[in-house]
Amino acid sequence: MSEKVLMKGNEALAEAAIMAGCRHYFGYPITPQTEVAAYMAKRMPKIGGTFLQAESEIAAINMVIGAASCGVRAMTSSSSPGISLKSEGISYMAGCELPALIVNVQRGGPGLGGIQPSQSDYFQATKGGGHGDYHLIVLAPASVQEMFDMAFKGFNLADKYRVPAMILADGTMGQMMEPVSLDANAIETYAKPWATVGTGKHEGRNIINSLSLSPAQLEQWNKSRYERYAEIEKNEVMYEEFMMDDAEMCVVAFGIAARVSKNAVVAARKQGLKVGMIRPITLWPFPKEVLNKAADKVKAFLSVELNMGQMADDVKLATNCKKPVYFYGRTGGVIMSPDEVLSAINEIEKGEAKQW
Amino acid sequence: MLNKRVVLFMGHYGSGKTFCAVNYALALAEKGLPVSIYDLDIVNPYFRTVDASKTLEEAGVELVVSPYAETNVDIPAMNAASYKMVDDKTRYAVLDIGGDERGALALGRFYEKINAENNFECLLVVNPFRPETRDIEGAVAVKNEIETVSRIKFTGIVNNANLGAETTIDDILYGKRFCEKLGERLNIPVKFSAVTKSLCEKAKEKIDKILPVEPIKYGDWL
Repeated sequence: MSEKVLMKGNEALAEAAIMAGCRHYFGYPITPQTEVAAYMAKRMPKIGGTFLQAESEIAAINMVIGAASCGVRAMTSSSSPGISLKSEGISYMAGCELPALIVNVQRGGPGLGGIQPSQSDYFQATKGGGHGDYHLIVLAPASVQEMFDMAFKGFNLADKYRVPAMILADGTMGQMMEPVSLDANAIETYAKPWATVGTGKHEGRNIINSLSLSPAQLEQWNKSRYERYAEIEKNEVMYEEFMMDDAEMCVVAFGIAARVSKNAVVAARKQGLKVGMIRPITLWPFPKEVLNKAADKVKAFLSVELNMGQMADDVKLATNCKKPVYFYGRTGGVIMSPDEVLSAINEIEKGEAKQW
Repeated sequence: MLNKRVVLFMGHYGSGKTFCAVNYALALAEKGLPVSIYDLDIVNPYFRTVDASKTLEEAGVELVVSPYAETNVDIPAMNAASYKMVDDKTRYAVLDIGGDERGALALGRFYEKINAENNFECLLVVNPFRPETRDIEGAVAVKNEIETVSRIKFTGIVNNANLGAETTIDDILYGKRFCEKLGERLNIPVKFSAVTKSLCEKAKEKIDKILPVEPIKYGDWL
């Protein structure tokens, strides 16, 4: 009998968060992430944790701020429009230097959009979303097993650098079922001398705050935070290379688009085309270096995304426009087929495609 | 095949109810029987019977499903034609019901007529590789929660032990033993085990009652 279990991505992620030590979940239902909240609602009371369905997404993220301020592992989850509502709070968390896990199981947008899968919150996740100078650590799982593993990773990195981390999944990752091994990943523990755990339990007064009365001090805060961002960019980049050794064309895709593209790469190889793929696993920090190195070998890049073309910009920037970058995407909840990606590859080969 | 006009597939969320219902309906159609499959899922936004609509149509199975399934209309809707399941007694009716007690709520307007006709099998679909039904206690809890809401008593169990594409014969055999134990506890029989067609030859030696099943094809990326 197998050691694995069969789980939905949303369930696996929720279970992993609990195993990673999260006992404080605050959320609000929205398709297609609802199973995260539903799972937490069932499990948290059994293990002495807190599941709280807030009156709104804004309330939920502010509860995460409160819990994270006390030094515990706290999380929230939502889908695209809900993340927009949370964005003010996420900016505050960045300013307050609070670690927490935020999950976005993306659906189609803009606006109310739809409930089918999408990757159109790439800009929102990687370029801010809320106001001010800040970054989130952004993890992009491409399987149910990675949904599980990334929850540990997200909490560990958030605690290590005192920044909020986001898992940027999509509806398919949340809803699909796959066998998953529930072996606990390492839980890294970091001292939190800044946490507001009560008088006498830390030296002096601990204040969690993002407001600065002095412009010079605020600038200093920003600079010191960006020094940490530089550390993250140096240490924490994650990506997967697939058939890149002799590749002459590089597909760049993450999450569900990477799964589709992998099939297209294999099909292209059968046609005799030397195509490979780089799959960013961290969307921020973006795997700039490996892409830039690839640009010295390949003839072209093809960014495949479930949006109108967002990561494609970062591929151009990372490669300093050394080689042409192309884009193929579907939106609105439509998932491209491997054949469509293969056609895009063939068009580039024939010189018929338009550069991004 | 079961000798009843109406067959309900209920069970824990993600236990494979749609999968079993679709394959059971196809098996009825293969025998030349007039069969309709009713998608009463008011829980799931993705991965529905409509994914198998082409296969069902080609096999001559009538699919009765909300026109909003797998669209962006995020409401728990059912097709008005669902009343045919109790009104048209000339056709076999296979019912795919949403997961857990939340899904069983959809039977609210049908249970009286189904019970009155008394020509049904109500099957508890069990996959012991789902975390919440990994032990007998978990499976019993799910069964009780569903029955309270559905107001139709379970008459049998379907062993749908699987780990997707990684499923082995041993996994299915483990499921069979698990379901037999569950059946003893609940005092209902195991009606059959769902076995992927490619594994059927091997499984036949060890499992007597088999529903041969083919996965529903969602996309090449799965």
